[in-house]
Amino acid sequence: MGCGRTGAAIAARLDGDGHDVTMLDLDAGQFRRLPDGFRGRKAVGNGMDMDAMERAGAREADAFVAVTQGDNRNFFASQLAREVFGVEHVVCRVKDPERGEIFGHLGLRTYSPTSAGAEAILAMLAADGPA
Amino acid sequence: MYVIIAGGGKVGYHLARELLSGDHEMLVIERRSARAAEIDDRLEGAVLRGDACEASVLDGAGIARADLVAAVTGDDEDNLVVCEIARYRGVPRVLARVNNPPNSLLFERRGIETTVSATEAILAQIEQELPVTSMVPVMQLHQGLELVEVRLSDTSPVVGRTPREVLLPPESLIALIVDSGGVPRVPGADTTLTVGDALVVVTRAESRGMLQEALIGGAHGFDT
Repeated sequence: MGCGRTGAAIAARLDGDGHDVTMLDLDAGQFRRLPDGFRGRKAVGNGMDMDAMERAGAREADAFVAVTQGDNRNFFASQLAREVFGVEHVVCRVKDPERGEIFGHLGLRTYSPTSAGAEAILAMLAADGPA
Repeated sequence: MYVIIAGGGKVGYHLARELLSGDHEMLVIERRSARAAEIDDRLEGAVLRGDACEASVLDGAGIARADLVAAVTGDDEDNLVVCEIARYRGVPRVLARVNNPPNSLLFERRGIETTVSATEAILAQIEQELPVTSMVPVMQLHQGLELVEVRLSDTSPVVGRTPREVLLPPESLIALIVDSGGVPRVPGADTTLTVGDALVVVTRAESRGMLQEALIGGAHGFDT
């Protein structure tokens, strides 16, 4: 869910590895980010909408990834995938590290690009040694 | 009781007004600066400008000692997040407004039991301001049941009867009668239904039409 740069990169890789992928986005224009040879499905719809999730095949899905720009939308759709559609592997991107931590305690696997980015940059600076 | 309301829109504002007139401590959290400033005066300063989806904002509002958190913004995803954080912080009661009725299933699965559909709530507000005899949805219950309030006018076919004589739709029940003086009574064998009574009825959404006909008569009032 969410065909931004991250979503498109994940979908392209999984598709290349032979997985059956459906990309869900509100805006069909976003599908331009997918590579030319993408064999997966492109579904226009809202991942927070139960009917759209049903049509996208959430009930049969083994994994669900939410990487839209909205932390709360990602959380809502991820909980929907988990609680209503019974998807086993769910990963949710949460930019706000504080929120991400709480969602993690609630049993959701979250990824915070903010924390990860800060850690990576700090690691690079540390590798340069003290100024 | 300390109540935190997330969302200072129409629903949040009116809820806050109700609570202010009672004996509760109350705080409204509103993200939009202009709206927060607008309602601040009218709510005697009990407004915090901020995003209630941020744990630090909720902590600043003293969520740890809140008895109830009501998430009533116009976005179900925001309401879910507020409720989840509130519960994680140990708030004993969390309540969410559900704007898109099918979403109540997810709130239910997450153990957030009391959900109020906004469509109904907004309708309820509009209807409560109308002086006509009408049926007002009050709250969604589990398994398709709901609470509605019906005020009896002099044209109601049930005025002068006892609750037992009223033929209600299946799985419907008059739970409470509030008379025009505001006194609540549990319906009994010797209760006579009177003009001005407000009946709180448990029913099914699909039975509203039948219920309306039974209690109000005619074809005016409730219509979605």
